[in-house]
Amino acid sequence: MTTIAQTQQRPVYKTKRSARRRVSDALRLAFVYALLVGLGALFILPLLWTVSSSVKPIGAGVKFPPEFLPSQIVLDNYPQVFRMIPFARYFLNSALVSTIAVTGELLSASLVAFAFARLRFPGRNILFLVLLSTMMLPGVVTMIPQFVIWKTIGLINTYAPLTAGAFFGPAFSVFLLRQFFLTINLELDEAAKVDGANEFRIYWQIILPLAKPALATIGIFSFLGSWNDFMGPLIYLSDTDLYTLALGVNYLRSFRGGGELSYQMAAATMFVAPCIILYFVAQRFIIQGIVTTGLKG
Amino acid sequence: MASAQTSLDAGAITRRRPFITQSRREAIVAYLFISPWLLGLLIFLVGPILLSFYFSLTKYTLIKPPEWLGFANYERMLTDPFVGIALRVTGVYTLLAVPLGTIVALLIALLLNQKVLGIRVFRTIFYMPSLISGVAVAIVFSWLFSHRLGIVNFVLSRLGLEGPNWLGDPNVVLWTLVLMSLWGTGGGAVIFLAALQGVPQSLYEAAELDGAGALRKFWHITIPLISPVIMFSVITGVIGTFQTFTISYLMTGGGPGYATLFYLLYLYRNAFNWFEMGYASALAWVLFVIILFFTLILLRTSSLWVYYESAGRGR
Repeated sequence: MTTIAQTQQRPVYKTKRSARRRVSDALRLAFVYALLVGLGALFILPLLWTVSSSVKPIGAGVKFPPEFLPSQIVLDNYPQVFRMIPFARYFLNSALVSTIAVTGELLSASLVAFAFARLRFPGRNILFLVLLSTMMLPGVVTMIPQFVIWKTIGLINTYAPLTAGAFFGPAFSVFLLRQFFLTINLELDEAAKVDGANEFRIYWQIILPLAKPALATIGIFSFLGSWNDFMGPLIYLSDTDLYTLALGVNYLRSFRGGGELSYQMAAATMFVAPCIILYFVAQRFIIQGIVTTGLKG
Repeated sequence: MASAQTSLDAGAITRRRPFITQSRREAIVAYLFISPWLLGLLIFLVGPILLSFYFSLTKYTLIKPPEWLGFANYERMLTDPFVGIALRVTGVYTLLAVPLGTIVALLIALLLNQKVLGIRVFRTIFYMPSLISGVAVAIVFSWLFSHRLGIVNFVLSRLGLEGPNWLGDPNVVLWTLVLMSLWGTGGGAVIFLAALQGVPQSLYEAAELDGAGALRKFWHITIPLISPVIMFSVITGVIGTFQTFTISYLMTGGGPGYATLFYLLYLYRNAFNWFEMGYASALAWVLFVIILFFTLILLRTSSLWVYYESAGRGR
């Protein structure tokens, strides 16, 4: 942006320097594209390599020189992964955990955010400061006591420890939604009150429908966090039938033949695919959400 | 004000101020709305934090009830050589990964802010890796960075360079993990990009009239205006990298030697492999205090280097 602004022509020099300007513009453009393509390659190649390795024949991982493209396309690696580990089960386990977590987070965070953004109550500012400061608290200190509590009430090896937190207004989501709710005109609430609507109806029928982009953003981040979480399932799930995909993909490596590059990459591809697909489906929400929820500060 | 008005009206009718005024009712409703968070604060944060401190003063192996030890766990940390190693590994990694990550994210954001054809495709390309979890990253990069058979070293050899033993050389491995962390900087870049687009164009135009070049505009307009976002990113970065776990657990197991014995990995082993819940809680508290200390330092010094627009305008 700064460089674009820089190249804007000043009328005084226009006639004298326009030819030189055009050359420097072209050079600048070439430089920008060179950087975009060069750096972009570093970012995209590991992903492309993963997908291409997922259809390589057995033994490709120990072949030298390594190949970027498969010498022969083997689609059977995918069904093979399903035979080695209960992949479908793990996929559904992960889907279940993520769905519960996303639902909980959307409901609870929007309720709390609604109050912070649109209702007046004593202690609001102090409590909001508390909320902000909890975002800065490292989770490490609560990990062990939470484990001990879940163990004491006998809920280890269930999905409760992985999903319960989402129902209690995760601070970051509350913060983002509150920022978004603040941008909605308060007169809407006043008008609804005149019409006899209570706060819950205002929340449910006016604010939530207007906040769809922000909710989509929160939902996606919540999904990614839950789908990709490794440490939580590692601590709480020891029954292999309950494993989520994050554990399952790693579990594959301990099986006979699990050391094969192509099996690992097939599993990794299927593990990552939902996140990428979701991103493409909801791309415009994510960008819009990041812009409007005031991450700008 | 409207609610005060309503309560006055109500008072006029009943000749007495009702107990539940409009504003009191609203407050009660508001507290109902925030009750999930308030409950969560007690159940998932305040309670566990206090419990954690109590555990840290005991010997607790889950089998028997906690035995009181006083500060023995903390004294033990002073003589435990692995604590020093873990702190050094984690500290060096944070010191490398956070500044580099911030700079790279900012550079990518500047690049993605160029108004050239096809820029949306590039935004997607840079953002995508940040969607990918630690498990997949660990598995994929273990192959890519393989010393003899990996494609990274093969490409380097084609360019006439000899690639290091990325994951097997204790002097290199931490840098390898830093490099891998940079792969995920697209997420931060998108946030910086949003911030860059929030900088009013008029400021740049005004600076141009005064004859400012690209670098001066960047340094005196762009950086100050996005500095709150930079600080946000640095703070969350520090909190995150101090708690690095998955990558070291899956890729290096803390090795080679103890070169990637991250603090959280050592804590995890104490808690969940050796069931030293008391000692692990003490470890957790020390890390907690360290992270809090750095967060507060960053926040406290922020007035020196963060520019707050609203303060300037006197809003």
